[in-house]
Amino acid sequence: MRLEPIANPGLARSAGLPAAAIALTVVVASLLALLAGADPLATLGLILKGAAGSKFALLETLNRATPLIFTGLAVAVAFRAKLWNIGAEAQLYAGALLTVLVGTQLGLPGPVALPLMALAAILAGALTLLGPVLLKTRLGVDEVVTTLLLNFIMLLFISMLLEGPLKDPLGMGWPKSEALPRDARLPRIVDGLRLHWGFGLALICALGTWVIQTRTTLGYEIRATGLNLQGARFAGIPVNAVMVKTALISGGLAALAGFSEVAGLKGNLTLDISPGFGYTGIIVAMLAMLNPLGVVVSAIFVAGIFVGADSMSRAAEVPTYIADILLATALLFMVLAIMLTRFRVVRG
Amino acid sequence: MDLIDILLSASFWAAVIRIASPLIFATMGELICERAGVLNLGIEGIMVAGAFAGWVAVYAGLPLWWGVAVAMLVGMAFGLVHGVLTVPFGLSQHVVGLGITMLATAAAYYAYRIALPEVTTPPRIEPFQPLDMGWLTDIPVVGQALFGQTALTYLALLVALATGLVLYRTPLGLALRAAGENPSAVEAQGLSVTGIRIGAVVVGSGLMAVGGAFLTMSAFSSFFFEMVNGRGWICIALVVFGAWAPGKAVLGALLFAGFDALQIRLQQTGLGAVVPYQVFLMVPYILSILALVLMSRRAEVPAALMTPYNRGER
Repeated sequence: MRLEPIANPGLARSAGLPAAAIALTVVVASLLALLAGADPLATLGLILKGAAGSKFALLETLNRATPLIFTGLAVAVAFRAKLWNIGAEAQLYAGALLTVLVGTQLGLPGPVALPLMALAAILAGALTLLGPVLLKTRLGVDEVVTTLLLNFIMLLFISMLLEGPLKDPLGMGWPKSEALPRDARLPRIVDGLRLHWGFGLALICALGTWVIQTRTTLGYEIRATGLNLQGARFAGIPVNAVMVKTALISGGLAALAGFSEVAGLKGNLTLDISPGFGYTGIIVAMLAMLNPLGVVVSAIFVAGIFVGADSMSRAAEVPTYIADILLATALLFMVLAIMLTRFRVVRG
Repeated sequence: MDLIDILLSASFWAAVIRIASPLIFATMGELICERAGVLNLGIEGIMVAGAFAGWVAVYAGLPLWWGVAVAMLVGMAFGLVHGVLTVPFGLSQHVVGLGITMLATAAAYYAYRIALPEVTTPPRIEPFQPLDMGWLTDIPVVGQALFGQTALTYLALLVALATGLVLYRTPLGLALRAAGENPSAVEAQGLSVTGIRIGAVVVGSGLMAVGGAFLTMSAFSSFFFEMVNGRGWICIALVVFGAWAPGKAVLGALLFAGFDALQIRLQQTGLGAVVPYQVFLMVPYILSILALVLMSRRAEVPAALMTPYNRGER
């Protein structure tokens, strides 16, 4: 078999195939539920209900989507330049660390502290990714492995700080930092509803990233570098500088996920502020086909599956890991479907 | 001198070989994939799936070697998915590999929760036992290391030897290496690049899964979440460190295992009282990055690595 480009894919093809990918994912979900001895329809219903069945559920989904928008954007920006940033997890924790450091150690009043916390976080995340990218552009070291390994190093580093200098003396021995002062936290968007301004910031970042990608020279250079590195270099685009700029944006966005989780939701730094938001960001970005505005939609979808599966597993005997399997299969089906909208399989 | 004591102890050298064994399996698996032109980032998840599958098969009553076979088959199944998506369909090897890692990891955790819904402490199996080679095991310092390992360790060394022989001494190995260097030349010989590459990914993934199974069936006797803990990524670094050659990659794995065994022991010494334990645990990951940096200049990357081959395209 071989692949032949399709000049003008019809609507049936470009809409039908992604729809088929979603349908196949639902089939997998049903099989998984059967495997666990549960009724597939009831399980799917419980996931839906847990994700969006009430005001509380919906707000929970949007809260969970917030860090995923940031990490999804971080991945989308980087992958567009074929910069394989698999280290959003480390950048997130670097951002969370600086958020807590600035927020608890400097004793600044809230209105001054919050922007400083965010800026410090962005800087920390950007620097975390800068190392691997400089190794790539200067020495040709593959960034996939270095960014992946940095995730482990960063978590150990945070663990060391939380059991050492940053440990909350009133924390009953738990490895957690002191809590941020009340006025150094992100306020709720609407009083009484559990949704903080981190979500608003995420939407602004999505819009900003979209503007950069589609309306600026840098966005053009990023796309050119990702499509054809040698060609871009030949056309006079400073590809190494583009890679570095991409890395700074990507690392900064991932770090804002840490800022928003600490300052908006948790109030302090622990080792479990992220259940893999950095890795899930890859799924979010791919499902959105690396489109920054699409990232918002896919982050809410992915968050809904997680929140829904959590709530479902409390009611039914189906393990919550069903969410991770579903998202991984959705990712694989979707990349295949998207490819098949542009290519036709021919025999011979 | 703590260091001298450690380096002269038989248990240290035995630990080096033991820690290296799963890395050798998985590194050989990754190396086979990459020599054929396919980067397999599914390695981390395939190791988790192998660790679970082998363990649960034995827990369910199968003999140990059947457990190894089950792990291998599970790894090959994930490899087949990876191969089909990345080779004939030419999808991004990065995205598919990470997807396979997420899928295989989640599938193992899901299956564990379904198989053992109520347990709080992970149940144990009777793992592979160290072989007893009589007086050879009693040789001071190195006896235990070389002759007191479990059968799976010797299998790992055999796999490495076989990988080298097949790659460099057989027509199959030549075709596989050519598929990773110059696929159109393979096609000109009337061989199928697609077939060779998918085959390499399937076999390589099987080996990765056996590497994972080593953890639950030889090194430990239970399955824990997070037990693979980045070993797969380290193996990818080892392939680069070994310049895509099996012998050098095995040396890299041994060297790496040496540092790992050393840091565990140094934690118990006076140094461990001063330096936080997390610093010691960082050592393997930092070493892997250093290895990549050191080897970056003279690495002979397979020319067609990560380049999908579409017949008829020039």
